Amino acid sequence: MPSVRFRQEREASWRTLEALVDRVQRSGLRSLSADELARLPVLYRAALSSLSVARAIALDAALLAYLNALAARAHVVLYGGREPFAPAFRRFWVRTFPRTARSLRWHFLVAILLTGLGATVAWRELARDPARWSDFIPPAYAQGRGPDASDADLRSVLEQKDTPRSSLIKFSSFLFTHNATIGLASLGLGFAAGVPTAFLLLTNGLIVGAFGWLYGARGLGPEFWAWTLPHGVTEIWALLLCAAAGLRMGQALVFPRRLSRLASLRRAGETAGVVALGSVAMFLLAGLIEGVFRQTVGDPGIRWTVAGSTFVLWSVYFGLAGRSP
Amino acid sequence: MSSLRGLETPEGVPIQLELASVGDRLVAVMIDLMLMNVLGLVLFIIVMLTGARGRLELAAAVILVAFFVVRCFYFPILELRWRGQTPGKRATKIRVISRTGGPLTAQAVVARNLLRELELFQPLAILLAPAAISGGFPAWVGLIAGLWVLVFAVLPLVNRDHLRAGDLVGGTLVVRAPPMLLLDDLGATRGQPGLQFRVEQLDIYGAYELQTLEAVLRLGNTLENSPALAAVAEQIQKRIDWTPGTERVSPFEFLGAFYAAQRARLEQRLLLGERRERKRAAASGTPT
Repeated sequence: MPSVRFRQEREASWRTLEALVDRVQRSGLRSLSADELARLPVLYRAALSSLSVARAIALDAALLAYLNALAARAHVVLYGGREPFAPAFRRFWVRTFPRTARSLRWHFLVAILLTGLGATVAWRELARDPARWSDFIPPAYAQGRGPDASDADLRSVLEQKDTPRSSLIKFSSFLFTHNATIGLASLGLGFAAGVPTAFLLLTNGLIVGAFGWLYGARGLGPEFWAWTLPHGVTEIWALLLCAAAGLRMGQALVFPRRLSRLASLRRAGETAGVVALGSVAMFLLAGLIEGVFRQTVGDPGIRWTVAGSTFVLWSVYFGLAGRSP
Repeated sequence: MSSLRGLETPEGVPIQLELASVGDRLVAVMIDLMLMNVLGLVLFIIVMLTGARGRLELAAAVILVAFFVVRCFYFPILELRWRGQTPGKRATKIRVISRTGGPLTAQAVVARNLLRELELFQPLAILLAPAAISGGFPAWVGLIAGLWVLVFAVLPLVNRDHLRAGDLVGGTLVVRAPPMLLLDDLGATRGQPGLQFRVEQLDIYGAYELQTLEAVLRLGNTLENSPALAAVAEQIQKRIDWTPGTERVSPFEFLGAFYAAQRARLEQRLLLGERRERKRAAASGTPT
């Protein structure tokens, strides 16, 4: 019988592949020697071709099931991910991340507009009726800051404090993890048709607008922005990017346009994955600036310089990096 | 409804994979959530025991970052390093693969796990602590938000590939890792040169019956003298109009020989491009 001979001739190579796949799944690719590593794809392709041939000539169900399982297992070993880290890391920062961010420019703009809308509403409402402060800012968040606080109290928040070194690290890591969690959540929640993301952007805008009004009304505007923007540029930029990717995901779900809904979601998911990775690094940087730099440097000039230069840096990075020549 | 899904490898050969059941996936995620908590607790204890002497602030910083990494990156890091598996998925023998058959990319893994916020953590929070979510809002807002989020939590139950929202955006599929077990070739081991069949006798059954017989024979190895086996043999003998010759043949031997002859015949026809799936309708008498 040809199928019996077929199996007898090839069984040894299947068994070899099976043993290699077993070892990789148990103890990783590193457990293979260079020779075995080179043979793995060859054996895999041989097994795949055996599977095709067996489907055409053999009726032995056990053989077909085995070859199918072998091919599936080997496929996972060969295509299960794990690029070498260093080149992938470099490509991510030099090309993938800035390009992805550029592809989100319209969603980014919508995110800015939503934040701006929230800020404008809070500012105008408070200008008309300061008593509405607690509608916009929860008491826990305000920590005593508000229309009733004295100028001196408000000013003291903005000043440099002599905090011990170790507290700076704790403060930074708190800010980083807190902001990154919010950013990632606003990205993931975007799947729900973008509504939770839009809601987060609006409330974020309300907070920015309310504090902007508070300090502006007391004539402390420049000091307040010098206090906020050095880390705020990076932090808000990262948050807006997350939100943009979240909005894009919601849009892909509701309006897939020419693609199938599954394909459209997958494309949006790729952007989301890239933005999530990139923004976590931005949140880390923002957390360090806020936790260390802001607490140790009080001079408004230096604060403005840092704010301006981070803005220019990110603009150049997202505007120019990774463009094909 | 079959739980087999075809996946085309980049080499162009389709592979059949069995979908992971919702139950397996639920167990896997529960194991993982438990491990995340244990991991957090262990990290906390280690930091408190080793680094905390006089440096509480630093210890707090380390713990904050460690908790963040565990919460946001437990799933992506493990699924990337273990080729689509986490400890929970390993325990239930399931894994994540790319729906297109290509490699599982980092962004796909990150994207599919980002949505756990929406599908898992938020619904859990709403179920366990509704006040924490809807605090400050009227109750009806919390109710609507809760219902909406629960829609995403039950999504895997209502589509045929058991895709959760994360699988949709990651372009992934969760499948069972198939067991690799090569059984004996019955055609080689069970051939009986003594028994002969005529071509007409071998042109009755098709591939489906052959593979059913194969399954019976593989069971038969353990119940060689059972009456069930004799009944199958008798049925086939009647259908193909076969009469025993001079020497006595046990049902087990008969079935083995018939299987080998039938397979040889069907595979020969297969080589000529004729594949018979099912048996020919019987002219008269009962079907087997």
